[in-house]
Amino acid sequence: MSGAVKSEEPSFKREMLAALPSLRAFAMSLIGRHDRADDLVQDTIMKAWAKQDHFEMGTNMKAWLFTILRNELYSQMRKRGREVQDSDGYFTESLAQHPAQYGSLDLQDFKRALDQLPPDQREAIILVGASGFSYDEAAEICGCALGTIKSRVNRARQRLQDILQVTGENEYGPDATSAPLTSRAFVS
Amino acid sequence: MYMSYKTGAERGTIKPVRADDPNTQIATKLRALYLSVQEEAIPDRFLNLLEQLDAVEQQQSVVGTAE
Repeated sequence: MSGAVKSEEPSFKREMLAALPSLRAFAMSLIGRHDRADDLVQDTIMKAWAKQDHFEMGTNMKAWLFTILRNELYSQMRKRGREVQDSDGYFTESLAQHPAQYGSLDLQDFKRALDQLPPDQREAIILVGASGFSYDEAAEICGCALGTIKSRVNRARQRLQDILQVTGENEYGPDATSAPLTSRAFVS
Repeated sequence: MYMSYKTGAERGTIKPVRADDPNTQIATKLRALYLSVQEEAIPDRFLNLLEQLDAVEQQQSVVGTAE
């Protein structure tokens, strides 16, 4: 930690700081490269700071920042006319900078599999499965209907299973085993 | 003659989520990947940026009231 938090420090800044680790993880999961992800986080901080009058203290700062980051990412993608993504770079950069975390072949494979998902499915499964948002919150962040998010998450799971071929011999069907974990809805 | 199936039954009731369930594996890996970034220290560039934004804002409010 960098020094004590001053009591007169505006809590907007404090709340923003508290949400930053998760915001970075979200950016990194979407883009895959630390340098680009952090550039996006920086743009998000600037945007959020400029819009702080629009933020109601006491509401969900994390969801608010995630929404801004996501909008910023897609607006940048539109401007550049292509996806802000580079699978090869993603992989090399991560291996170079984080040999400890991604040392396991398992996680490397998973990272690549995640990267193969369509962006809408990837962000949906990250928001619900890793960032800790409810389906409702994820729908709001992505600006789509609840059912859309549910079906994206389901398709993402299915796709990841296909890519990673983890289905194996376990034919559970709509089961009790994964229901408590995923509370998924069978939309399609 | 009867074998005891108690252990199996216990396993079933105590821990319904199996580690080899495909969705469990995916969920675990997804979170591991995410946490590996989330648990990193916040880079100085962001701490400095927030300090700067804060400083500029305070300066502006001072200038604003002085003029």
